[in-house]
Amino acid sequence: MLRIKNLESGYGRLKVLKKVTMHIGAGEIVTIIGANGAGKTSLLRTVSGLIRVRSGEILFDMRDVGNLPPEKIVFRGCSLVPEGRQLFGPMTVRENILLGAYPRFRKKDGDGVRDDIERIYAIFPRLRERERQLAGTLSGGEQQMLAIARALMARPKLIMMDEPSMGLAPLVIKDIFSIITRLREEGNTVLLVEQNAKAALAIADRGYVLETGRIIMEGTAEDLLSNRDVQRAYLGRDLDAEEKM
Amino acid sequence: MYWEPEKECLDREDLEQLQLERLQSTLNRVYEHVPFYRKKFDAMGISPEDVGSLADLARLPFTTKADLRENYPYGLFAVPMREVVRIHASSGTTGAATVVGYTRNDIRTWSNLVARVLTAGGVTKDDVVQIAFGYGLFTGAFGLHYGAERVGASVIPASSGNTARQIQIMKDFKTTAIVSTPSYALLMADTLREMGIPVSALSLRYGLFGAEPWSDAMRKEIEGKLGIVATDNYGLSEVLGPGVSGECLERQGLHIHEDHFLVEVVDPETLRPVAPGEAGELVITTLTKEAFPMIRYRTRDLTRLLPGTCRCGRTGLRMGRVSGRTDDMLIIKGVNVFPSQIEHILFEFEGTEPHYQIVVDRKGAMDEVTVMVEAAESIFFDQMRRQKEMVEKIQKRLAQELGIAVDVRLVERKTLGRSEGKAKRVVDRRKL
Repeated sequence: MLRIKNLESGYGRLKVLKKVTMHIGAGEIVTIIGANGAGKTSLLRTVSGLIRVRSGEILFDMRDVGNLPPEKIVFRGCSLVPEGRQLFGPMTVRENILLGAYPRFRKKDGDGVRDDIERIYAIFPRLRERERQLAGTLSGGEQQMLAIARALMARPKLIMMDEPSMGLAPLVIKDIFSIITRLREEGNTVLLVEQNAKAALAIADRGYVLETGRIIMEGTAEDLLSNRDVQRAYLGRDLDAEEKM
Repeated sequence: MYWEPEKECLDREDLEQLQLERLQSTLNRVYEHVPFYRKKFDAMGISPEDVGSLADLARLPFTTKADLRENYPYGLFAVPMREVVRIHASSGTTGAATVVGYTRNDIRTWSNLVARVLTAGGVTKDDVVQIAFGYGLFTGAFGLHYGAERVGASVIPASSGNTARQIQIMKDFKTTAIVSTPSYALLMADTLREMGIPVSALSLRYGLFGAEPWSDAMRKEIEGKLGIVATDNYGLSEVLGPGVSGECLERQGLHIHEDHFLVEVVDPETLRPVAPGEAGELVITTLTKEAFPMIRYRTRDLTRLLPGTCRCGRTGLRMGRVSGRTDDMLIIKGVNVFPSQIEHILFEFEGTEPHYQIVVDRKGAMDEVTVMVEAAESIFFDQMRRQKEMVEKIQKRLAQELGIAVDVRLVERKTLGRSEGKAKRVVDRRKL
């Protein structure tokens, strides 16, 4: 579905991504884990067309989408749930959801959009309850659900999520992650960027570890979970303390 | 039958994408964690970021057995020792050995790859698998053991030696698949006959053989004598152990597990790639090893890559049987022996001349090694007892060093052939 080869990008003179090569197959949940500043968000922003590709290629459904404008990339079926949700606070929940259907407005697909809203309300009953409420008044978890719902309205083939667990309480994180699992069961493909590596690897099929813009490890979620470097650096296990016990 | 169909039958484009991802992450890791590789890359002015395609592999330096020895024992490990859960070694017990390590994930990968080999060779969870490789530093026994357990078969860790007992076990435990060196399989077949046990009294169906070169003629002989289907498998401890490649039941070459190993075949003199399908030295780069990654390891094994695809449906490249070595290493009873190891020991003894000859022969099915040493005049004229003592001492030291029994014979000075001033050190009379 998505195939990235030797991707390099950055900000100004700063090169953030260095020869990143990775792929996601249809129906997979793939996670990218790494510390702050490793380049995870830059990677999603580059694939979304928000940062220029300096070199390398991004093939989405076998077609090069590198340096297409962001809206074209959404039209192709690749949607981003951005870090920090980026909702329109003064607008209602329903309005925010409808904005996600923007790529379909010209297609006069009113019935389809209404059906999709119903489907989304089935996944997120909480959003139906709060339909008329202003997005800014929602709790953190509800805002994250809304951000995901908005992305789904574009009927993406690939949905990319940037730190969906950020700032949420553990119980709420559990909800969000079970929603991601459900999205996959319904045939979606998910690229998940997370600092909460433990939660991400628990639901992912495969993962990549990004360190200072380079991929230093790839493997099945199982392999990464049992890798001691990953455990120490990203899963917060204090192996020294455990061994002394 | 496949063990991991989604991997073994991956289409070429997906495979190459995966290989590039794994090559790049392996290079990033070795550059970061193994000073040996960093120095070598820096000296050549190349960094992992210069590798953007599989073809760029050719720009990287080779790694040789000598590099492994110079970094004895742990210099090439890419993880701290606390993450290493297993250590194996090959060739001898001294500084000449090469030491390799495995993380928990490496052991899991290893088990899986051997499970592929076993499945391709006909083994299923319903089989009783007898492992007749020596358990120890040698990777053969443990690799096959893990693979067979992974498949879910019943594993008998019979280890090597005591052939009559092997056969008793084979008969009583109803072994259905035997794992050993091909020469040991022949010895077992001959012993079977001597013991007067008909093949029909056994339950054997499959044999998976490796750790030494063998031929199709030998395969036919083993199959006929044991009533089994025999397949070849290949591996070496420096890159993993068994599990690098193995034959399927079509027996048209060994399927290389290309999602874990990048292979090249080069001319051993020029080190340039040979034309497709031509014989040369196999060079292997590991793509998933954590503890002991290898970049462009020169295996010294001669083989060729086979064109076309196999009827079994696996998409990985196939290699022909290993036809020989590019160095002087001998494989005796599955054990790697270098003439230099023997020479090294002979030099420890006073009263022997630095002239020696190693004669390897095959009696029945088993390899036999005789080391002929020219005795110094001083001891040759002395009484027999001293000579005998000397021979015994040398034999003991050689057995210690090599891990196999070796016959030693003292001969008179200047009786060993010297051709053009250069002694012929090794006479290999084995016919495979």
